[in-house]
Amino acid sequence: MSLIEFDNVTFSYRAGLRPAIKNLSFTLESGETLALIGHNGSGKSTLARLCNGLLIPDKGEVRVDGQSTRGKNVFDIRRKVGVVFQNPDNQTVATIIEDDVAFGPENLGLKSEEIRKRVDDALESVGMLGYAKRDPFRLSGGQKQRVAIAGVLALKPRVMILDESTAMLDPLSRREVMEVVYDLVRKENMSLITITHFTEEALEADKVLVLDGGEKYMEGGREVFLKSKELASIGLTAPTAVRVADALRAKGLDVARDVLYDEDLVKALCR
Amino acid sequence: MREIALGQYYQTSSIVHSTDARVKLLISIAYLVMVFFVETYIGFGVLAVCFLLTVFASRVPLFKVLKSLKVILFLAFFTFLMTMLFYGGAKKTVVWEWWIIKIYEGQLYACGLVLLRLVFLVLGPTMLTFTTTPVELTDGLEWLLKPLALIGIPIHSGALVMSMTLRIIPNLIDETDRIINAQKSRCADFDSRNIFKRAKAMIPILVPLIASSFRKADELADAMDSRCFVGAKNRTRMRKLRFTWRDPIALILFAAEFTVILWLKFNFFPFVDLSTVGWIV
Repeated sequence: MSLIEFDNVTFSYRAGLRPAIKNLSFTLESGETLALIGHNGSGKSTLARLCNGLLIPDKGEVRVDGQSTRGKNVFDIRRKVGVVFQNPDNQTVATIIEDDVAFGPENLGLKSEEIRKRVDDALESVGMLGYAKRDPFRLSGGQKQRVAIAGVLALKPRVMILDESTAMLDPLSRREVMEVVYDLVRKENMSLITITHFTEEALEADKVLVLDGGEKYMEGGREVFLKSKELASIGLTAPTAVRVADALRAKGLDVARDVLYDEDLVKALCR
Repeated sequence: MREIALGQYYQTSSIVHSTDARVKLLISIAYLVMVFFVETYIGFGVLAVCFLLTVFASRVPLFKVLKSLKVILFLAFFTFLMTMLFYGGAKKTVVWEWWIIKIYEGQLYACGLVLLRLVFLVLGPTMLTFTTTPVELTDGLEWLLKPLALIGIPIHSGALVMSMTLRIIPNLIDETDRIINAQKSRCADFDSRNIFKRAKAMIPILVPLIASSFRKADELADAMDSRCFVGAKNRTRMRKLRFTWRDPIALILFAAEFTVILWLKFNFFPFVDLSTVGWIV
């Protein structure tokens, strides 16, 4: 049984409107990381909301751990699927960091001691334990998102979805947040869906799904990123190393076809 | 601007800070009642001494506390004027006279009392907000209002709404600043002396501000839903309010102060004749 399963899902925000997601099927297995790439309006964020039952498909079915999001147990599903949204300011509920992280476990009705433990653990794993008593408003963007991640982590989800969670951050904080996330995913054996239009950020994912206009455009492993032309045609930029390799090839240089990471490029050039 | 909105909590550790919020709330409410029982200068002397001791124990700098009186400056002046104008008490000794204006001794005496009452009414709650975080206040209020839940008033939701409001205010202020700057950079005039022009300039601020607050609320609701929020009712709390040894002490000290004030007012221990100190009273 797949952890998340999209079965021919179609969804539109209003009847008659162009569907935001159209006939989409894909699966995410336990422990897998999936990068969901697409330009603005490609249906990425809709997909995140479909995963945890914030939105219910018009046609088809979304199943989390075998349960349909259409059922009455949407609470169970949200426990398993943690979503971190784009704007950290719009997902903080409290004026003290530890209170904010405690919000999820408090909703589960856990005992005070258990909540305390989960909050401390979650803050520890994102490296924010030292800030527990501070006001989240005064943190940097990257720190705010780390707190938001801790807030989701305290629910002990099986899959974490980052819905453009780094889009508002500067490159340095972006990297800092993604490092924390991948560390966590490996350590806790969580699954991960990162939704982004930065291909660079998605390079560590096991699987890649490219959306365009709500439909599946490409699917596969990381080799998808090598197809810079196809990516460019829907407004996405391939990773830097891939583009540099392409440009060099166009100039007649013999560069290997599978250059994906900066290190690959260095290796290919320093042969 | 942010500082105002976030309340005026003064962060330090002191006995007053770590006293339970519920106790502080109760004392503050009783304090406001108490202030109305004070009708003499000696009574205000007692209040002042107790107040200074509290400030000292709380480690909040005195000038910070006194600065909070700035907000009532106008009110104080107005009150002073009104008491002067409509003074109906004894008009015996004239202290100062100019043209048709005569100021009597009794008049000054009465004015002083009214002003002092005003000052102490402000200082009490100020100390509460200086030493208690908004979160503790909300928690405390929620606990104190618990009986209302029995008659079906949704106290938990109310408390949650209150804490969310506190949390969103700095964001809204930020947003307002941003919008104002955006409008200014397009030559909007917010500094005009003409009050109508200024009021008109507020409209292009308010409209986007309201629109963006709705968007924010919507996103926040999604984020809350995603974190398993199903209503405030069955939620548990991580932080539990706990009474400690400080709380009974605070209550006893306050009760002592209140007793002295009541004694000064009603003189219920006739073995001490208050009239012997009548020259101050």
